[in-house]
Amino acid sequence: MPSSLHSGDDDTTKKMIRDITLGQYYLGNSVIHKLDPRVKIMAALLYIVALFVVKEFTGFIAAVVFLEMVIIISKVPRRYIWRGLKPVLIIIAFTLAVNLFMIKGEVLWQFGILHITREGVRTAAFMGIRLVLLIIGSSMLTLTTRPIGLTDGIEALLSPFKKIGLPAHELAMMMTIALRFIPTLLEETDKIIKAQQARGADFESGNIFRRAKALVPILVPLFISAFRIAQELAMAMEARCYGGNVKRTRMNAMKFARRDLIAVVIFCVFLALIVLQRVLL
Amino acid sequence: MIEVRNLTHIYSEGLPHESVALDDVSFRIEDGSFTGIIGHTGSGKSTLLQHLNGLLKPTSGTIVIDGTDITDSHTRMLDIRKKVGLVFQYPEYQLFEETVAKDVAFGPANLGLGQEEIEERVRQSISLVGLDYEAIKDTSPFELSGGQKRRVAIAGVLAMKPEVLVLDEPTAGLNPKAHYDILDMVQEIHERENNITIFVSHNMNDIARMSDRVLVIDKGHLAMNGTPQEVFSREEELKAMGLALPDATEIVSQLRKEGMNLPADCLTVEQAAGAILTALGR
Ligand SMILES: Nc1ncnc2c1ncn2[C@@H]1O[C@H](COP(=O)(O)OP(=O)(O)O)[C@@H](O)[C@H]1O
Ligand SMILES: [Mg+2]
Repeated sequence: MPSSLHSGDDDTTKKMIRDITLGQYYLGNSVIHKLDPRVKIMAALLYIVALFVVKEFTGFIAAVVFLEMVIIISKVPRRYIWRGLKPVLIIIAFTLAVNLFMIKGEVLWQFGILHITREGVRTAAFMGIRLVLLIIGSSMLTLTTRPIGLTDGIEALLSPFKKIGLPAHELAMMMTIALRFIPTLLEETDKIIKAQQARGADFESGNIFRRAKALVPILVPLFISAFRIAQELAMAMEARCYGGNVKRTRMNAMKFARRDLIAVVIFCVFLALIVLQRVLL
Repeated sequence: MIEVRNLTHIYSEGLPHESVALDDVSFRIEDGSFTGIIGHTGSGKSTLLQHLNGLLKPTSGTIVIDGTDITDSHTRMLDIRKKVGLVFQYPEYQLFEETVAKDVAFGPANLGLGQEEIEERVRQSISLVGLDYEAIKDTSPFELSGGQKRRVAIAGVLAMKPEVLVLDEPTAGLNPKAHYDILDMVQEIHERENNITIFVSHNMNDIARMSDRVLVIDKGHLAMNGTPQEVFSREEELKAMGLALPDATEIVSQLRKEGMNLPADCLTVEQAAGAILTALGR
């Protein structure tokens, strides 16, 4: 019997949908949470660059220690970090497999056309560590920064490029709106799915064509809802005289505080270590 | 008969944002009855309704409909959906087909019925909701007025010939005329089919006028279960839950407080007017 005929899974899908939306930001009150978003965004970007500067395993020591420090200070529970890692496990596994089997060198183990080389093991381990650090590093940014902080930060960091015609404010506003409406649209999707299920729709059995066709009763109402919501929002913004980037001030202005300075200094020490090990080893 | 036993539902159990939407709710609904459900926004009414056709699975507790335990994982979902028709709040947002007839046919087609049977049911249910089948069958549902869209959406559920019809705030957002049209239609269908009808509404006048039984939900608990007379005579408790009385009951209650000798169980304007005339000795 196809699983959709059991009562359980409707609920599971729904739980999943909510977990994705609520899963990103972890409400907290730590120093990391309070840091200026601009500092955090730049640090996350440079951290990723640093991961690619590292050429030897020893270089990862500094990267791991730094990340571990951030995790401990932020007080974000490990299972939240693990949850962010889970969806990309397949990509990591794929990268590992490709590196493990494809790289030529001193053969350690052979089975038919498959062989594992010493160089393969080394590269796979290296890439694996780099990927995991990259994902955890960037998710620490989103786990400790509210979406609104992220978009404000991005806007501020992009604003120097306004001179060359980059619509920084408009881009940030679009991102803010998109982020704001992800939960709304997921809720809407959930409602539509349920309404069609109440009319006996079955989304989980049959071949790929049947399943694709089964999406029509969800997608059509969803698009209509999305356009309706967009129109209502545009109307509400216009009613309050929103007019793009005309010297808008913020309710929560970003301030570069003492703790930000300390964070920048610590981060520079980390960068220096990475550069040093690259130069010296 | 519908029997709900110790139904509890917790959203996102085990996560920091978990919320207990229903807490140990038990009640029975007899065949052929018309049940109204009232409760403050967020009290758990929609959550309760979605359990009745298996869209939500209880965290604990059981729901037995005509001897079948629908919370049993071996019960076929399609059988439950066939038996219990659920009309969501704002059901017009689920319309998706090019024509009204095709949209109404979606439910019966999912039941695996034959072409002729489907066409017959589409014709029947479109007339049942008070629309002219021939005139409307080939129009796009998106060109209809709000009230008409809602009728088409309800027809889509009726076409599955459910034995139990469940409606979540069926008149929300409609103008007064469409409001009464939809309710009259629901009442008419109930009388004709003698089905179990369950509806949620914030309009106490409608609840008092139409229901045989009223369930009151408060913060996930079943706070009251009785006839409209019984429920609406408990004014203080209802008001403490943020609920109102039917207009007629409210007026009579005010007059009683002024010392007028009136019965406490007036639900409709006619009853209230009669009682007041009697008390005035006319
Ligand atoms: N999909 C959901 N996920 C998590 N919580 C929900 C969900 N739907 C409803 N709730 C919560 O459950 C409670 C009851 O909601 P609901 O049944 O919709 O109430 P009502 O229909 O009486 O307004 C509310 O506190 C609501 O926030
Ligand atoms: Mg509701």
